[in-house]
Amino acid sequence: MVATKKIYMDHVAGKPVDPRVIEAIMPFIKDFYGNPSSIHSFGHGPKKALEEARAKIAKLINAEKHESIIFTSGATESNNLAIKGVAYRNMDKGKHVIASSIEHMSVINPCKYLKTIGFDVTFLPVDKYGLVDLDSLERELREETVLVSIQYANSEIGTVQPIREISQIVHRKNAYLHVDATAANGQIPIDVQKDGIDLLTLSSNDMYGPRGVGALYIRSGVHIEPIIHGGGQERGLRSGTENVPGIVGFGKAAEIAVNEMQAESERLSRLRDKLIKGLLEAIPYAFLNGHPTNRLPDNAAVRFSFIEGESILLSLDMMGVAVSSGSACTAKTLEPSHVLLAIGLKHEEAHGSVLFTLGRQNTEDEVEYVIQIMPDIVKRLRAMSPLTPKELLS
Amino acid sequence: MYTEKVMEHFRNPRNMGEIQDADGVGTVGNPVCGDMMTIYIKVKDNRIEDIKFKTFGCGAAIATSSMITELAKGKTLEEALKITRKDVADALEGLPPVKMHCSNLAADALKAAIEDYYKKQKGKVEKQ
Repeated sequence: MVATKKIYMDHVAGKPVDPRVIEAIMPFIKDFYGNPSSIHSFGHGPKKALEEARAKIAKLINAEKHESIIFTSGATESNNLAIKGVAYRNMDKGKHVIASSIEHMSVINPCKYLKTIGFDVTFLPVDKYGLVDLDSLERELREETVLVSIQYANSEIGTVQPIREISQIVHRKNAYLHVDATAANGQIPIDVQKDGIDLLTLSSNDMYGPRGVGALYIRSGVHIEPIIHGGGQERGLRSGTENVPGIVGFGKAAEIAVNEMQAESERLSRLRDKLIKGLLEAIPYAFLNGHPTNRLPDNAAVRFSFIEGESILLSLDMMGVAVSSGSACTAKTLEPSHVLLAIGLKHEEAHGSVLFTLGRQNTEDEVEYVIQIMPDIVKRLRAMSPLTPKELLS
Repeated sequence: MYTEKVMEHFRNPRNMGEIQDADGVGTVGNPVCGDMMTIYIKVKDNRIEDIKFKTFGCGAAIATSSMITELAKGKTLEEALKITRKDVADALEGLPPVKMHCSNLAADALKAAIEDYYKKQKGKVEKQ
């Protein structure tokens, strides 16, 4: 059985690079190879392109200054720089850091690392939709709290956080707010000034730019220590010769996002709602993970009782559809996703989760195809499962 | 990440289902871990005459369940008890390392089913 269709609904794992981005990158691979730090003419083109890209990223998030954007190797590095950088630099104020319990591992693990060197770390609980509990945020903030790290939106369940409310609470206690916008950037409008964000993580590939590039927005006046030392590039906050082709592509991707985000997000939201509704209506014991309305336009996270996510993923793959699962079995660890457990799912519920993430290339026909093939896939696996109630099998 | 053999058994599992009047039934694993399987056997003249499985779990869990039914069918109980987890993985031309432990439960389920058969037989003898 080889599927003729090839449908990619795993944009959370990686996005195709936009052809316009590839076109923008090419001259900087072929011709403009100079180092932006060089004073001679070969450095001029790359330097100019670097600053233009910085301006485009700044525009995407309405940063007050272009220089507030620091280029990095990706979201993981940005998150590490934000968390360790703020923690190292502000120890005289205190050694307490807060993060939500559904952050990406590149936030969770730097926080856990800080614990090993004497910091106190609090992970905030979330409700069944994945919204951060604002009361416990208020309660946990102390004089010694230097940083609160809360994601803009969650990649696994799609839930978007009330960042402005969070910011007000955090700033009342004079802590910095870091926001990981990896899942949200390019999909929902972000305004660091209106939102009240001190540090913001951005990822290039998550907006159809190349991999290996990201950025950290650092509001002017926020004190932070570098974690990579060297030649002093990026205002000394991130040494290493700039990845000019990657950064140019990232800038182009941001420019496209500024122009097209609104229309594309509306289109994706419609497809997302159609997919969720179609699956929940066609299949008994199917449930939505995450918030029903405050969710990312691309994210349809659905769980099916009595069966396991990787089996569903493999079955969909046989039909030409690529998705992610929240199951332990596809990951390096055997535990179900920490996000699914944090929203209160039991292990066996978490194991049955499948994540569809839509993108620019997905069409309504493709969504209809998935809705059409999914009931038989679920039926077949439920027929195999000893957990399925008898009355469901008839 | 899976061998073609694993995928072939996942696509077309052998002997899937239940045996209503099974002589022995063995269940191992649990849904919390993400893998659970039940093996049903029918025994005649000390041989596994029929065998079926039901499995909740990942691709490896389903493929190993299917494979053990093929390996065990027609064997004497003594022979069937000798089938190891490694035999099942080898017959599938290998499993990813992370799956060797958690999802490779089929040999254990078969043993549990045979032990259940022995226990029931002992019960019958005692009743007589």
